[in-house]
Amino acid sequence: MVTTDTTLLADRLDKPSRPRHTSLDDSRGYRIFRVVNAVLLLGVVVVTLYPFVNIVAQSFSSEVYIRTGQVNLVPRGFNLDTYKLVASDPAFWNSYLNTVIYTVTATAISIVLTTVYAYVLSKHRLKGRGLLVGIAVFTMFFNGGLIPNYVLVNGLGMTNTIWAIVLPNAISVFNLLVMKAFFESLPAELEEAAAIDGLNTYGILLRIVLPLSKAVLATMILFYAVANWNSWFQAFLYLDRSDLFPVTVYLRNMIAGATSATSVGAVETNAVAISANIKAVTMVLTVLPIVAVYPFIQRYFVSGVMLGAVKQ
Amino acid sequence: MTTQISEPAADAAPDRPDKPPRTPKTPRYKTTWRKAWKRDWQLYTLVIVPLLFFLVFRYAPMLGNVIAFRKFVPGGSIYGETWVGLRYVKMFINDPNFWEVFGNTMALGALSLIFTFPLPIVLALLLNEVRSRYFKRFVQTVSYLPHFLSIVIVAGMVMQLVSLEGSVNQIVRALGGDAVSFIQDPSWFRTIYVSSEVWQTVGWGTILYLAALTTIDSQLYEAARIDGANRWQQTWHVTLPGIRPTMITLLILNIGTFMAVGFEKVLLLYNPLTYPTADVVSTYLYRVGLVSNNFSYAAAIGLFESIIGLTLILSANAISRRTVGTSLW
Repeated sequence: MVTTDTTLLADRLDKPSRPRHTSLDDSRGYRIFRVVNAVLLLGVVVVTLYPFVNIVAQSFSSEVYIRTGQVNLVPRGFNLDTYKLVASDPAFWNSYLNTVIYTVTATAISIVLTTVYAYVLSKHRLKGRGLLVGIAVFTMFFNGGLIPNYVLVNGLGMTNTIWAIVLPNAISVFNLLVMKAFFESLPAELEEAAAIDGLNTYGILLRIVLPLSKAVLATMILFYAVANWNSWFQAFLYLDRSDLFPVTVYLRNMIAGATSATSVGAVETNAVAISANIKAVTMVLTVLPIVAVYPFIQRYFVSGVMLGAVKQ
Repeated sequence: MTTQISEPAADAAPDRPDKPPRTPKTPRYKTTWRKAWKRDWQLYTLVIVPLLFFLVFRYAPMLGNVIAFRKFVPGGSIYGETWVGLRYVKMFINDPNFWEVFGNTMALGALSLIFTFPLPIVLALLLNEVRSRYFKRFVQTVSYLPHFLSIVIVAGMVMQLVSLEGSVNQIVRALGGDAVSFIQDPSWFRTIYVSSEVWQTVGWGTILYLAALTTIDSQLYEAARIDGANRWQQTWHVTLPGIRPTMITLLILNIGTFMAVGFEKVLLLYNPLTYPTADVVSTYLYRVGLVSNNFSYAAAIGLFESIIGLTLILSANAISRRTVGTSLW
């Protein structure tokens, strides 16, 4: 029986990859190393988490403590006022809604296009398949570049529309290759049997292949959704109207505004310190959905990366 | 439990013995397009829309690079109006700003490579020595987290940390120094950039190495141990050679993206004060093209950048194929 649950790939990383050490290894030096190693890895954990803890602490602190550089791990002058302030800004919620709309639309488009193309690429008997693979893979190593892309999207009249966000990066070749590898691993007999039963290609894809691909589809959806949720540059480039901004651009403008205020050489002013406060809250609120689902989605990502790698 | 979960792994492993001979080598007789269409027309119809995507959003912009050699009028044809030859190429070759940002790109790319390539290997090897499964999993889970953040968030965090009243300056003050305006000081930009790059990528970068580590035959360790190799010698003579193909593949990929150094991150982190070290080719062409509207000039620079990127990856691949026998294709 073929396992189609690709999330199990992630479990490979938990297997002991090296035989348990024996008394032969149990030198004094190795024992010391293990202690040092544990300390080092804890250090990695602390360094990784610190910036998160820091912005959370800042988001609950009152501005005066941030301005005087007293907020590190714990909030000082605990209050929820900044959250209330940000939450009462309709522009923030509007951009949040935009992010949701863009993410859902873009992910849906991406999944459909990636799935059908990957499915076709997985059919080794298909004439012209090599060319189709080549067309996709070549774009990994050479791309048109910023200016021609901009000129094109502009020329297509997509500026200030959702299409400028959701279409230009609809297919990620990496994801495409992951799905292709997955479809190739499905037993051909199933599809052959379905064909004998009279299903056409579309029917086989919809009724046989896709139901077997739930795990990999979930992985792809997450890959695309997180990428779209996080993306900002497309929106920054093609959208001028602030009511269309996703939350990342909203945040970017907030951060950029604060820097330009200081970069003209002005001493730290009240306005900047307040915005440090607000920035922290905006960052926390933007990152919250990702961090909240992260423990559950992490394994899908690991599996996806490994599925892409083992077949390369 | 372990045997159960290792099954799909074995199934997906590249060296699985029962791999059906569906990949080339077996002679297949040529089908004509007519026959192929008759048999597979439904598959071909599926391909139309994705193919359109590639043609419109990937290949049309590639052709769009002709505006590097043509006069471009905003609002006119996306392929420009009249030929001007190498005018824009000569322009950037004689542009001292271009060479400055080119140097910055090289420096930033090299520094990033020096740190972000080996550190995941080190971290993976350290994780590999952890005996407690839960501790290992915990460290992994935490270290992957930054990978999932938007670059805007990362830039925001960096700016908060290195701001005058941020945590880094608090440490500086605690050690008796004066606060440094890191974000406005060109001499700090590279440090900030590379550290944040390390912070964001190292944990995630361990995945492929950890995966490769699980494929090393444990008999090799046994044999090494019988030969009297200690833990460190086993790592040097068994573990590292075992993950060498992965290392080379990732090195090639890293070299291929050398020129494309985090455009978005630089754009978010730099400011006019730090241009002397922070401005890279991609941000320079962004300003030339989209801020100052010199589309053709910027396209010429962009084309040059893409060609260097392609050359780098092709040469890295060729060199590694000849010298160590590993290549991407």
